Amino acid sequence: MAKVTIDGIEVEVPNGASVLQACEAAGKEIPRFCYHERLSVAGNCRMCLVEVEKAPKPIASCAYPVADGMKVFTDTPVVRNARRGVMEFLLINHPLDCPICDQGGECDLQDQAVSYGKDGSRYREEKRSVKDKYVGPLIKTIMNRCIHCTRCIRFSAEVAGTPEMGATNRGESMEVGTYIEKALTSELSGNLIDLCPVGALTSRPYAFVSRPWELRKTDSVDVLDATGAAIRVDVRGGEVLRILPRNNDDVNEEWLGDRSRFAFDGLKRKRLDRPWVRRDGKLAPASWAEAFGAIVQGVRGKTIGAIAGDTVEVESLFALKAMLAAMGSTNLDCRQDGAKIDTSRPDYYLFNSGIAGIDKADAIVVIGSNPRVEAPVINARIRKRWALGGLRVGMIGPEVDLTYPTTRLGAGPGEIARAAEFLSGAKNPMILLGRGALARVDGAAVLAAAWDLAKASGALREDWHGFNVLHQFGGQVGALDLGFVPGQGGLDMAAMLAGGVEALWLLGADGFDAARIPADTFVVYQGHHGEAAAARADVILPGAAYTEKDGTWVNTEGRVQRGRMAVTPPGEAREDWRVIRAASQFLGVTLPFDTLDALRAEMTAAHPVFGRIDQGPLPGCTDDASPAGGVLGGASFELPIQNYWQVDPITRASATMAECASVYLNPQPLLAAE
Amino acid sequence: MSAPHDHHEHVEPASFAFDADSEAQIAKIVARYPEGRQASAVIPALYIAQKQMGRLTGSAWVPRIAMDAVAARLGMAPIRVYEVATFYFMFNTKPIGKFHLQVCGTTPCWLRGSDDVLRACKDAGHLKGYGDTSPDGLFTMTEVECLGGCVNAPILQVDDDYYEDMDYESTVKLLEALKRGERPKPGSVIGRQTSAPEGGPMVLTGSEE
Ligand code: SF4
Ligand code: FES
Ligand code: FES
Repeated sequence: MAKVTIDGIEVEVPNGASVLQACEAAGKEIPRFCYHERLSVAGNCRMCLVEVEKAPKPIASCAYPVADGMKVFTDTPVVRNARRGVMEFLLINHPLDCPICDQGGECDLQDQAVSYGKDGSRYREEKRSVKDKYVGPLIKTIMNRCIHCTRCIRFSAEVAGTPEMGATNRGESMEVGTYIEKALTSELSGNLIDLCPVGALTSRPYAFVSRPWELRKTDSVDVLDATGAAIRVDVRGGEVLRILPRNNDDVNEEWLGDRSRFAFDGLKRKRLDRPWVRRDGKLAPASWAEAFGAIVQGVRGKTIGAIAGDTVEVESLFALKAMLAAMGSTNLDCRQDGAKIDTSRPDYYLFNSGIAGIDKADAIVVIGSNPRVEAPVINARIRKRWALGGLRVGMIGPEVDLTYPTTRLGAGPGEIARAAEFLSGAKNPMILLGRGALARVDGAAVLAAAWDLAKASGALREDWHGFNVLHQFGGQVGALDLGFVPGQGGLDMAAMLAGGVEALWLLGADGFDAARIPADTFVVYQGHHGEAAAARADVILPGAAYTEKDGTWVNTEGRVQRGRMAVTPPGEAREDWRVIRAASQFLGVTLPFDTLDALRAEMTAAHPVFGRIDQGPLPGCTDDASPAGGVLGGASFELPIQNYWQVDPITRASATMAECASVYLNPQPLLAAE
Repeated sequence: MSAPHDHHEHVEPASFAFDADSEAQIAKIVARYPEGRQASAVIPALYIAQKQMGRLTGSAWVPRIAMDAVAARLGMAPIRVYEVATFYFMFNTKPIGKFHLQVCGTTPCWLRGSDDVLRACKDAGHLKGYGDTSPDGLFTMTEVECLGGCVNAPILQVDDDYYEDMDYESTVKLLEALKRGERPKPGSVIGRQTSAPEGGPMVLTGSEE
């Protein structure tokens, strides 16, 4: 530790910390452009200048290590003048286009110019002009505004692991870009928009849409993958205009996958905004009362079952489960993909090491998963761990580029047991089992084999739980925690679809082939988007998407998180638990709660796990008994997600995601002229 | 939406592969660096690529595809090679003429008449100015900063050779010779011995007492 005095305030910081970090510890804000705490230090913008006692000139605090006894001054005439000088140079080539710049109002340069800028310019020469670059469908570039901080370059190379951005040419002619015209191939590219301190890289879909001060901001969680990233939903006039990540060191740090950031335009398209009832074979608009009436007609006296979708919050699932229980049915399933998940113990299906636990792993075997598309932020965490050195990653399954080196250990489940050799000697070995690897006939056996591998390689200890299942969506773990699986004597999804039930309630369940539903089954579809399952339904109940309700979701590590309503559902659509509550009344099995709080109280009483808000996985493994298992098949693993951008009803309705899919999945050959 | 870049207005070759000569040179250079540090060889490797283009096509430049070949050979991300190749003026990222005329225009050369050298290059080489390539494809002229040969200023560098003590006439003569396919001996064109005074040594001649 080093004792440093900042403007008279004494602080202790670790040796090797930078002066800037020491200043922050003392509560002094240091202006900066190039420095970013999650990127390497570049020290090229010089905005962070401070004075150090006995140093002959101001120093760049971000790149200067502390020394014991150092005295730092952050606000002296010399410091102010130096920063003013830096600002004047930065503004020499920066266009004065703030009125038409999308960064306006949340621009670091604009903010700093208020403190350190002059009211006029002494520069009489020509400003340089830089060609805008095409870097894909998500990012708009206005390269005249670039101040060469190189954050985007460092992010692409270090965090995203797709080194495609760079600075070409030099001096006056230096340009930041990809050199060859290409769409960035990262699933994390949207983070460049947040990182760019000026308006050089801005959101293409958000271009000229709004000003930050017009937005109402709601903190929530993302459900479009199973990471459970912290997000902020920005709304104006009842419309979601953008989604940004929030900081959560234990989960997403401050990153967000492109799908989670940009798919929200799908919330406005193909929506179910009123009830529909099938009359004479055709779906016709109806009132709520007619819809409930039709349900009573179609369901009464019949065997009923329910299938849950992948992004549904636990409150609605709890209501639906309770309603079915009241009707005497335990035919429930939430595994649309047919994953053979063993719910007898939560750690059989959770990411037990925790996302932050990745930082401690020193060997990982990935089984039947491509974390880069299933959870890009988690993959970036693995990459970060790899970059520190001392991590080896093996893969069983198709060969994919995870942005860090991997050793291929095999293609199918037969190789799982042998991977123990790869893990041997590791202090904290980790098994990362993709949910996709369980969605096959021998899924239960794969689960057991992966567990046994964890056991054999010492990954199941009281101080370390190295068995991890990576799910694909934000609603999957919550549904499992809630036990939305066949109860005593209940049928699973396959049995229900094989004619085991006469009536089927689909709650946002659009992830399976609706043609599998027998022709004579009465189908209620409750959800927010009209796709195949809704088209097959006899009654459609319009529901709320994840931005339109207060709800609880559980991420892949079992972290229970609350999402908040940012906008109201469109048209006549209502929050799903309320719809179910109303239906229960019509069906004569009125549920005993009529407020969200009452529902939550009852739910938490029945499942205490939902009371553990915002807490990571329980540490360690106290019981290493294996799940049931079975006979391993010989088939190679296949990856469940080929198309990162279009995976669920929201993303499939999104025009932005459609454009991404067409750009990235059908790459155009480079133009001859390029 | 994807407007072509201005750096790529020329036609890029369809393929590039190091030939046996180049491979041999690269292997020697890469061996100088410890395992895992092959990227250190990027500058010489680009130079070898440029030389090979000169050898095989008569135009010594580094097409993008050759940068990619360097990246692949050294295990680097292509963008890291583009950065280096575009940073140094010595790498030509566009095709150039058979002879690369590099006119030094820095103060010593300028005081000693580099403007005349420039004018002679324009006249004899049929060049419009810096950056231009002659219609016959023989010459490309660029302006360079001090070549470190100021003692014999002005300097005209042709490819890798320095021609020193140039003036208008000697420059025209040199270009005419190049056109004929001759390659005059590099060095001072007025017969100066290395950087000794004009007309021969004035000290240590053995005649001092
Ligand atoms: S584009 Fe933005 S992030 Fe990238 S170097 Fe320029 S200013 Fe920095
Ligand atoms: S923030 Fe320190 S030099 Fe840029
Ligand atoms: S100025 Fe021309 S060589 Fe030095």
